[in-house]
This record gives sequence, structure tokens and C-alpha cells, in this order.
Amino acid sequence: MTLDLKVDGQSEDRAETYAQGILGTPEDRPDGHAKVSGAATYAADDLPEGCVFGMLVRAPGHGGVTVLNEDEVRGTAGVLAVIRDPRMIRNAAQGTANAAPVQGVDQADYIGQPVALVVAETAEAAQHAAQSLRLRTDGEAGPVNPDDVEAEGEPDTMGDLDAAMADAAHALDVVYTTPSMTSAPMEPHAAVAWWEGDRLTVRSALQMLKYNRNELADSLGIDPEHVRLLAPFVGGGFGSKLGISADAVAAAIAAQELGRPVRVVQHRRQVFETVTRRSETRQRIRLAADDRGRLTGIGHESLVSNLPDEAFSEPVSQATYFAYAGAHRVIGERLARLNRPASGSVRAPGEAVGVTTFECAMDELASEVGIDPVELRLRNIPDKDPHSGLPFSSHTLARSLNEGAARFGWADRPSSPRARREGEWWIGTGMAAAFRVNMMLEAEARITLTPDGAVVETDMTDIGTGTYAILTQIAGEALGLPVDRVDVRLGDTTYPPGSGSGGSFGAATTGNAVWLAAQEIRQAIAQRMNCAESDLTLKDGTAICGNTSRAVVELLDGASLEGHGHVTGGKAFQDVRQSTFGAHFAEVAVSDVTGEVRVRRMHGTFGAGRILNEKTARSQCHGGMTWGIGMALTENMVHDRRDGHIVNRDFAEYHMAVNADVPPLDVHFLDERDPWAGPLQAKGIGELGICGAGAAVINAIHHACGVRVRDLPATPDRVLAGLE
Amino acid sequence: MRPFDYIRAEDPAAARSAAAGSNAAFLSGGTNLLDLMKLEVMAPDTVVDISRLGLDAIEDDGDGLRIGATATNSDLAADMRVRKHWPVLSRALLAGASGQLRNKATTGGNLLQRTRCPYFYDTDTPCNKRTPGEGCSAIGGETRNHAILGTSDHCIALHPSDMAVALRALDTTVEVEAADGTSKSYEMDDFYRLPGDTPHRETVLEAGDLITGVRLPAPKGDRQIYRKVRDRASYAFALVSVAAVIRMENGRIAHAALAFGGLGTKPWRDPDFDTLLTGEAPSRALFDEAADVLLGRAVSHGGDDFKIPMARRVLRAVLEEATQ
Amino acid sequence: MKFSFTVNRRSRSLDLDPRVSLLDALRDHLGLTGTKKGCDHGQCGACTVLVNGRRINSCLSLAVAHEGDEVTTVEGLSNGTLSPLQAAFVEHDGFQCGFCTPGQLCSATGMLGEIEAGWPSHISASLDGEYELSQDELSERMSGNLCRCSCYPGINAAIRQAAETERDT
Repeated sequence: MTLDLKVDGQSEDRAETYAQGILGTPEDRPDGHAKVSGAATYAADDLPEGCVFGMLVRAPGHGGVTVLNEDEVRGTAGVLAVIRDPRMIRNAAQGTANAAPVQGVDQADYIGQPVALVVAETAEAAQHAAQSLRLRTDGEAGPVNPDDVEAEGEPDTMGDLDAAMADAAHALDVVYTTPSMTSAPMEPHAAVAWWEGDRLTVRSALQMLKYNRNELADSLGIDPEHVRLLAPFVGGGFGSKLGISADAVAAAIAAQELGRPVRVVQHRRQVFETVTRRSETRQRIRLAADDRGRLTGIGHESLVSNLPDEAFSEPVSQATYFAYAGAHRVIGERLARLNRPASGSVRAPGEAVGVTTFECAMDELASEVGIDPVELRLRNIPDKDPHSGLPFSSHTLARSLNEGAARFGWADRPSSPRARREGEWWIGTGMAAAFRVNMMLEAEARITLTPDGAVVETDMTDIGTGTYAILTQIAGEALGLPVDRVDVRLGDTTYPPGSGSGGSFGAATTGNAVWLAAQEIRQAIAQRMNCAESDLTLKDGTAICGNTSRAVVELLDGASLEGHGHVTGGKAFQDVRQSTFGAHFAEVAVSDVTGEVRVRRMHGTFGAGRILNEKTARSQCHGGMTWGIGMALTENMVHDRRDGHIVNRDFAEYHMAVNADVPPLDVHFLDERDPWAGPLQAKGIGELGICGAGAAVINAIHHACGVRVRDLPATPDRVLAGLE
Repeated sequence: MRPFDYIRAEDPAAARSAAAGSNAAFLSGGTNLLDLMKLEVMAPDTVVDISRLGLDAIEDDGDGLRIGATATNSDLAADMRVRKHWPVLSRALLAGASGQLRNKATTGGNLLQRTRCPYFYDTDTPCNKRTPGEGCSAIGGETRNHAILGTSDHCIALHPSDMAVALRALDTTVEVEAADGTSKSYEMDDFYRLPGDTPHRETVLEAGDLITGVRLPAPKGDRQIYRKVRDRASYAFALVSVAAVIRMENGRIAHAALAFGGLGTKPWRDPDFDTLLTGEAPSRALFDEAADVLLGRAVSHGGDDFKIPMARRVLRAVLEEATQ
Repeated sequence: MKFSFTVNRRSRSLDLDPRVSLLDALRDHLGLTGTKKGCDHGQCGACTVLVNGRRINSCLSLAVAHEGDEVTTVEGLSNGTLSPLQAAFVEHDGFQCGFCTPGQLCSATGMLGEIEAGWPSHISASLDGEYELSQDELSERMSGNLCRCSCYPGINAAIRQAAETERDT
């Protein structure tokens, strides 16, 4: 049996009536012990008997690829194979692609494309052999700069923005740019593959196993039923592990050819090139406002890029459609097809860059109008989605702004820039609103209740997001079990297919599947108690109905109970606009000498429905806010203008925030339930923290020293250019 | 990594002779050598481990200090004599890399630290420093962190060290033992070569030459500052850095020795700059004039244009602080 | 090439290609996979271990160069039960994905020893004397360990708690 739910409308908040009291509480991660003791096994930690080592080889240029010394390399001591198989993939698959990406090794569409795999008896031999393989490419660089091509796509228009701009009391027309960025999870992409007959097992670093299995099978031309993927621990993903990556496909091919297990770990420099990047953007933002700052028109037009034949286009203005009122609109993206490494989803695709720049522009407008930036937002909150006309499922922007401002101490802020200085440092504060669409995919989960407790199984992943913790809490709450009697097993395609991790939908989607599985078990228990499920209380392993109280173990009578849940997002996600909201506040110091910026403190207030685990949710927000600091100040993946290759493809030159860049981060969650978001009434929290966080920093720079930086990141040279 | 013979030298003489072949490398901390060997940017056929030769002592030497080649950056930065009398050196060391790297990186190795030019690191792009005569990919490429002083038409690669910048300002000498056992000593300026048309030759060292240590003379100025500008708060190479050693007498600058990081193809010092300041009373005009001397010789490449105004501002701030 | 060293208080002898890094020796030849490879170039800190009590990047070190050394990895930080530092990481959520965590733990252990020894840091106002484990000192000293999940607040809270526990006992 399966308890199925298509979420078409509002759900009742049953959790509120449950007795265990562990849903939402800041429980420690059940996987914590393994992670702090070195026992958690990630993809490359497995070395099966007889395993050999593969190393990918990159294309050094564009066009047709020829290998000049294949026989020589193959003849080197320890080398087992030089594999150039047409099934190898050009770049990692896009999220939810469910099919192979572009394949082949004879044509390099971008510099860095994997075009060979060298396999050797040792990792050292494989690495040297890969470096020894000499390749020639015969093509000219195709277009590599966004301005060099005619971009595809037209924006959506409503009303007459040009007229609104002309008639506006205050009109702003500015261009912001953001550079290519990379997910850079600490765990490089890696796979260990082995075959047993025609059955393939791959341990890999992946976010969405249900889709990844199909992508891998399709790449190899085999039946997905013959593929098992394992990813119990994943060292971060942030979008880069949504789709199957080159290591997994190549490892599977090599393992088949050699009849031995093969491990392929991408070198960090390869990860920069072969997995999808966040597209660079150039965004023209136009704002038309009346004398009180009420928006009459919004323009948000962006130029983004991707490789030919990639379906993804960075949805920069995804949140702009519903963020603010304003009748006259031109909103949308144009896509330039470039021979740069592929772009795809990186933490909060769309909003991460789109909300950030838009919220910078809103800050500029507030200055123009002469009102407080918080007040400007409050004056422009729409009562329904201005683009679609749909009602909001819930709307917590005003609360976020007001509560966040109070907690941060925004009221003490001088109204003009350059009002506060400590030595050579200008001090200022800035804020931004946060928006992130809320989605639900499809997921299944199974719970087996035995006398020892509950075992939860789904192929869902925990990429650091806290899945192990929240699924433990969800199952424990519904089944009346303490956390130590719930055992969550993830990351194995032999389990029921979860949603996978991505787009902030994982917790609510798979969480609701687990919830439904638990409901099925509750019904069975209620039946054995001879009462209605709604009258059943489960707590600490005891079932209570009216005056009857029995240990669940007794009811099981030595056997087990199984529940299976299946959830799909339905009309509640089409007929109602669902979003999460928040407000960011930052205080920065800007050196008048060097242009260096230090963030001194940061606050975020967030509304995302029910918070399933306050501790892990907070950590997710810390992560998002820190990415905001990186986006604002340091992160910039540089393409060589001559051939598009990524110049700074290592951690010494691609600057993600280090410990010293991050000040104390204060996070506050609004107490909220969203009945449209499913039975748990919880929305996604994994990406909201990055949406707009960088804008709070950029706006604070302006408030500190009067410099508007519109080309991110605001590195010292760019700030200094304004100070000079 | 290309296969190599690993030799754990028992004494300096054995190390020198083991390395006298044409393509050997001394391994001390290894933090840069192994980094480059993994990418086969460097591919020695013999690696001579000198980390256990007892060359790590930090000893009083008259009124100066002798620092062994394999003294780690951490030990050197924490040495109480250095902290007290040559604080600019402690500061420069602490501004570099990370705690882990400083525990491994050594004095001699840091002097030989190679450029961070991304094209040097990328064996699929031409580089004259890596392969003489191949061409320079940085010229016409992405040049945000390249040198603006000392460059040539063949190479614009930046010297990335922090430590060496402080050592230059401290008039350090580098002590070397040649393969044949003879001792040599170099001023820092002579130790490093300009790229010219041989950017692959970065120092005067010949095959088998072993740096045994450096000698710091007595400090010539009590006002010592190391200031480094970088893209993030820690763990990043310098965009611009300044090491200043100043002595004031009767309101005038009696001794000025400034060296610069982030600007030059080697740890940079300009004698005209120091001369101009010496004997003068500090003023904004003087500092700007000195900056004109230094930066008037700069050639930037687009991406690194910002270094000129940035260096000017940092220089002014450092001089103001040091001459107060 | 043969060599012997001590890993987590146990003496080990290996015969390895001189190219094998200390990191790969631990992971692939001794099965101690707790130590992680994030970049293999000393740019992330995930591979941090303690050698003779000092924290280093094990990726930038040849295994054969460690003849006679004492190496401690994350697996050696506890004896069955979690150390106060490890427990504090769990309590303060000083990790999310957990991949950088072994390096953070070893680095923190080494760093606390450095503070104890009176080593200054880049942000220390003065070069003489004792240093307190302030937020700024801690952040600067732990900046050689990247955490892309960005758990720095939790990491720092955990280290401070463990240091205080240590001091009080």
C-alpha cells in the first residue's frame, strides 16, 4: 500500500497536534558522529578490491580532437587503458535532465572538456599518464564573449515601461553585471564503478539519484534497472552535483572495459571546467516610481550564456515577476550561445544573482526618492502576484523587513552615506529583501516500524543540508519515537526514489513523503487500537487512544509495519504563488586607503513556513549569507577573453569566503506555517539565505563610503576606483 | 607527477652533489615545489630532501640574525628576536598563506617561491617561464595579478612572496653553498634576476647551489610596517604589499628602506625611492613625489592598471604611519 | 621506497612510489579515509593532519619524507568516545556536508597548541605576549580551512567551547 498525495490545496497542520515534540527543535545531526570521527564515507573513500585509477584528460583547445601519442602513453608502465569512448559526456547533466547530456570525445566545444580517460594501476601513474597524453585541437575558438553573438529570447512585457519611465517622478536605469561563479563543493566530483555481470554499481557524489540513474543509464545505453547508485554522504553540491558528471560515466565505461572496479576523481582544476557554472549576467534594471517611491514600472532584462545544446538558461528575473508591484513591465532573459564551459544551476539559480542586483537597484531608488530603503520595500509589496494575478500562499516580506530591522538596529542608521568613520574605515549599513520561489517535486519514502524503532528509506541525499536530521524528526514526530529510535537510510537507488537535493525542494518534498509513509503506519496502529487515526496519540513508543494506552512494541507483536508515502506537487504550486521571503541587513567597514571591505555583522530574518530543524536550518542560512558575502566581495570566475577558458581554476585564485571574511551571522526565523506547502507546511530554506544577501553588503558599501559598485564582486580595486 | 628519484640527503655536501645533475630539485617544505610538480609545471628527475640537514637554526650572529634555510615560516615568525627587532619580517610571514602552510614552508623555499601567473600554472597555454621561447599567454590575456615593475616583452609574471618583500627591506643577504663546496653570499637585489628574455631563470643559483640560510643585519630602523592588500581577509596573495623600515631622527627620515610586493617580477625595491625620502621631513608632498619615482616606472597591462593608484594610496598610508 | 612512521600511535611501514603524498598514503594505503582531498594543492585545508604535533597540509608532503614522524589524523583524535572538540562540533553544527570537518578538527587542534605556545597571528595587535582566543584571532588562524557550506559560526563556537572546556579541566 502507498499513501499518495498530490498537493492541490491546503493541508491541515496535523504535526501541531502530535506529542513527541521533536519537529522543529534544534536536534543534533544523527550523522554528526560519523562526520566528526572520519567514519562518514564519501564517493572517493571507497576502494574495492582490485580497484584501478582513472584520470580524465581535458581538451586544450576548441574543435576536432586528435591524440598524438596514444600508443606511447598506453605503453607506459602501469597504464592499463587510454579510453576515448563516444559515450563519455561533454559536461555534467543539468538538474532533472533525466537523460544523457551531449556526448562524445572527438569534438571539443569548450576548453577543458573531458576527451579521454587514462586508467592505470596506481593513482600516481594515472595522473602522470593523463598529463603525458598530448592532444591537438584543430578548431578556432567559437564565440566566447556574450557580446559576440546574437542572443536568443525576448522579455515578457506588460503595459508600456518606456512611457512609465518617461512619466515617472523618479526613474532609474542602471546596468549591473555579475561574473561566472562556481559551486565549488569541498568534495570534488568522484565515482567508483564496478560491474557484476550486466549490473553496474557506482558510488558517486550526486544530489539527485533518481534522475542520475537514468542519466547514467542513458549515457551508457543500458537499462536503468541495471544501475545502482550509492551516495550516502555527499560533500556538498550547491547545484554542481544535480546531474551525472563526467567521472561517473567514464568510470563505468572503464570498469566494463577492464573488468575491474575503477575510481575516477576529478582534479579540482577539472571540477571548475566540467561541472556547470553559474552564468555571468549583464542586467539592465529600470525602475519607474512616483514621488512617494511607489513603483509604476519595472524593467529587468538580462543577458546570460550557455553552451549550445544546453537547455538551461539562468532564470535571473524569476523572482522579479512577483517581488514588487508596478503595472508596466519588461522582464526576461536573453541567452548567448558561447563556447565557454556549460552553465547550470548553482545555489538559488536565478534569485542568487537576480534578487541581488535588483535589490541593489532598489537601494539606488531609495536614495533617489529620499526614503528609507526598508520603507521603499514596504510601500511596494503587492497583494497578489503582479505578473500572473495569482494569490500568494503566504507573504512574509513585511514581517521580515520589520522584525529584521528591529533586531539589527536599523533605526539607528544615519540617513546619508559617509556619516561614520573609525580611523581609515568608513562604516555603513545596508539591507535587501530576499525572495525565493518555493517548489515541490515528487518523492517516495518507505518506513519500516519494528520493535527496535523506525527505519526510513529513500534514495534522497544529504549533501550537508540536514536531510538525515529532518527525516529523523519527521518520522519520529509522526510515529511517537525519540530520535535515537529512528534510523534514516539515504543515498541508495534500491530505496524508494526521493526528490533528490536541489532547488530548496528536498526537505519539503521528501519530508512530506516520509510524513505520508508515517501516516500509513499510524493508520495501521490506530486500527489495532480500534480507534480513529485522528484520535491516536503516539509518544515515546506508546500508543494512546482515549483511556487506552499500549506500547507500540506490543501492538507489533514481534512483526513489523511498513508505510509507503508518495507525494507530488499539484495545483497548490500552480494556482497559488508560493515563495519564501526574508530581509538581510549588513554592516560593513570600507578602507579609505585600500578599498578593502570587511563585513562586521549580518542579520537575516526569514519566513519559510515551518522550520523542521532550527539548528540545521540556521546553518543553511549561514551558508547562504556567506555565499552572499562571497558574491558581493570576492567570487569571480574569470574567462580568458580570447578563448573562454577559465583562468583562475583553483582555490588560491577563485576566492570563496574564508573564516576571517565571515562575521557573526544572526539568523531569525519567523514563526510561520504555509498550508499550501503540503502537510508539513514547510517551505525550502536552503537557498533563501543567499538571495539578496550580497545586495545588503553592496548597499552597505555605498552607505559607508558613497561608492556604488555595479560590477560584482566589489573587490578592492573596484571600490577604490570609486574612492579615487 | 613525473617519476623521480627521492634522495634523503645525510649532510649538505651529499645534498649538493646529489643535486648537481641538470634536473634536480631540493625539497624542503615542498609547499610550492610539490604543488607545481603535481601539475608537471616542474618535473625534476631527482628530488633531494634537505629537510633534515639541521639547516633550521635561527641564531644570533653579531648584532644580526642568521636564519637557516629550512627554518619554517612559523618558527621564524614566532621567534622572539624577530618579533622584537625585525617585526616587519614576522608581520610579512604572518600575512602569507595559512597556518598549515607556514608550518611547512621554509625560508629558503619561500625565497624560491614561483609566480602565481595562471598561465604559468596551465600547461596547456604557452609560457616562456615554463618553456623558454614558447611565448607569453599573459600578455594580452587576463592580467589582474601581474607585475607592473621589472617586466619584459617575454614575461610579466609577479613574484608572490610576502616574506621576501620584508627581507628586501631589511637588507638581507642570501647565503649559498655551491656544488663544489664554495660559499657565496648575495644581496637580495643580485640574487633575483629580472625576466628579460630568460624568464625561466629567476635567480642566480646554478645547479647544485644550495641556499643554506639568510642573514639579517642589525635593524636599521625601529619603525617597521608590513601592509598587505588582498582580495579576501586572509589566505590570499597580495594585490599590493609594502614593507617599510624607517628610522626618524629630529623629525627627519634618517633611514628609509621600502620594498614592495604585488608589483614586481621580483621582491621590489627602488634605490631612488629610498634616497629621495632619506634626510627629508615627512610630508604628503614628499610621499607623493616618492610614489611618482617608484610608479613612474610602472608598465601596466589593463587588468593590473589599478595597482598604480592602489600602491600610491597604500604607500602614503604606510609612510604616514611610519613617520608619525 | 620503504619507510616507517607512526600513525595514530601505531607504527606503520610502507613501501611506496616516492610520488605518493602523505594524504594518499593515509587514504589509499592505510585505509584512513577520514582525511579528505579537496584540492590536492594546499588551497583548502581539508587534508590537514598533525605531524609531530603541528598541523600541515598532507597533500603537499611526500609520504616517504615522513620517516620516523608521528602523524595524527581525525581517526586519532578520539579513543572511542568523541573528544570535547568533536562533541562541540556536533553540538554547534560546525559542519554540514562534513567533508572539510576532519581537516577543521585537526587544524583546530594544532591551532590551539599554537595559541598556547604564544604564537602571534596576522591580526594580533602586538607581537609580544599572550593571545586570547577572540573571534578575530580564531577566524584568522582558522582561515586555512575552507568550508563551502560556510559553517564558520558553528566551527568557531565549537572551538571556543572546547578550548574553554580544556582550560577548565
